[in-house]
Amino acid sequence: MSERDDAGGLRRREMLECMAWAGTGMLWTLAGGVPGSQLLTSAEAATSSLSFVQLSDDHIGFNKDANPDVTGTLRKATALVAKLPRKPDFIIHTGDVSHLSKPEELDLAKQIISELGVPLYVVPGEHDMLIEDGGTFRERFGKDTKGSGWFSFDHGGVHFVGLVNVVDLKAGGLGNLGDEQLAWLTADLKPHGASTPIVVFAHIPLWTIYADWGWGTDDGAKALALLARFGSVTVLNGHIHQIVQKVEGNIAFHTARSTGFPQPAPGTAPSPGPMKVAPDVLPSVLGITDVTYVPGKERLAIVDHTLVEA
Amino acid sequence: MSARLVGRRVVLLGAAGVIAAASRARSHDLGEMADMPEQTPSAPVATDKVKIDNFFFTPQTITVPVGATVTWTNQDDIPHLVVAKDHAFRSQPLDTGDSFTHVFAAAGEYPYFCGLHPKMVGTVKVG
Repeated sequence: MSERDDAGGLRRREMLECMAWAGTGMLWTLAGGVPGSQLLTSAEAATSSLSFVQLSDDHIGFNKDANPDVTGTLRKATALVAKLPRKPDFIIHTGDVSHLSKPEELDLAKQIISELGVPLYVVPGEHDMLIEDGGTFRERFGKDTKGSGWFSFDHGGVHFVGLVNVVDLKAGGLGNLGDEQLAWLTADLKPHGASTPIVVFAHIPLWTIYADWGWGTDDGAKALALLARFGSVTVLNGHIHQIVQKVEGNIAFHTARSTGFPQPAPGTAPSPGPMKVAPDVLPSVLGITDVTYVPGKERLAIVDHTLVEA
Repeated sequence: MSARLVGRRVVLLGAAGVIAAASRARSHDLGEMADMPEQTPSAPVATDKVKIDNFFFTPQTITVPVGATVTWTNQDDIPHLVVAKDHAFRSQPLDTGDSFTHVFAAAGEYPYFCGLHPKMVGTVKVG
């Protein structure tokens, strides 16, 4: 594809940047290999074949100034999910359900989210792996998963893959998938044709957002290479407690807000620790992500909602 | 095609927030982040106490005699883990205010990192 659009004069790169960052309320489209975007119409939403919600980074057990009531904000987040026009088919959770992997933290989060009455698929964050090498987490959320907790499933014509990149981390490194999981991913993707839409989710971003703060995955590029042949790939991550999006080739990347506390934008603070905001501002920096797939159009709509709407 | 693209551009650039965000996305792509405090390797400090603060081990490199007990104390709002690079020692999860001690019985260099945030690294020089 040429760098410059023939008629409009808008460089493709500029357009992608605008799209990527204007994602809230936008529809991601991948038609004929050309990324575009438009608003999701209510008619399209009504005819969509599947809809799911992404929750992330509840940190149940956290009680510091940035949010002394993470249980309350998780409840607000699930109340917001319950208010969506269409009940989601299921919830995917991109990890850090708990703050310290304690059984009571994991149980409380599971109880609150389960009240929505839809299936729940969770990949762990590093905060969920602190006890028994992740044993307390897998006991509650990891049934029927492989290795340290990865898995895949099919729904509505879309293939979903949950990956774990918070185990066996190396000194000085970023997130880590490991050879065993990459071998599993290779075999898992093999039977699927290039026209199958793929949704991959993991806790730490699979693409490097900010290496100095560890916001990336050392062997993420190996996973992305396995996904390159597919026409529509959506990568959903958490960990950084804020929305960052981009489109690269056929892959749309998106990170979700936390339901617990915000973190600073890359490079804007001395450390990525919890960001303190005024109590009345907090709901505007926490939230959920609603994803809809319209069959035949190879498009996924990613809509972020803040807790202000709850 | 061109009318649609131009129309989209107008819509997308209508909000100042989007413009700011787009320029930030560009800086990610090129690796041009704002000036950040670097974790520059500082000179070793003779102490048996390491503070964990703002996602740094401070001092980053310490020297202790053989047999010394080193204490790490977490002063962050986020838990950290002290893990030897060769996994010879590993702390429990250190929440805010928690400490971990380890006795270094043999001379040598002991690099370690945070098991939760592996970009955080430090070294204990013994002997």
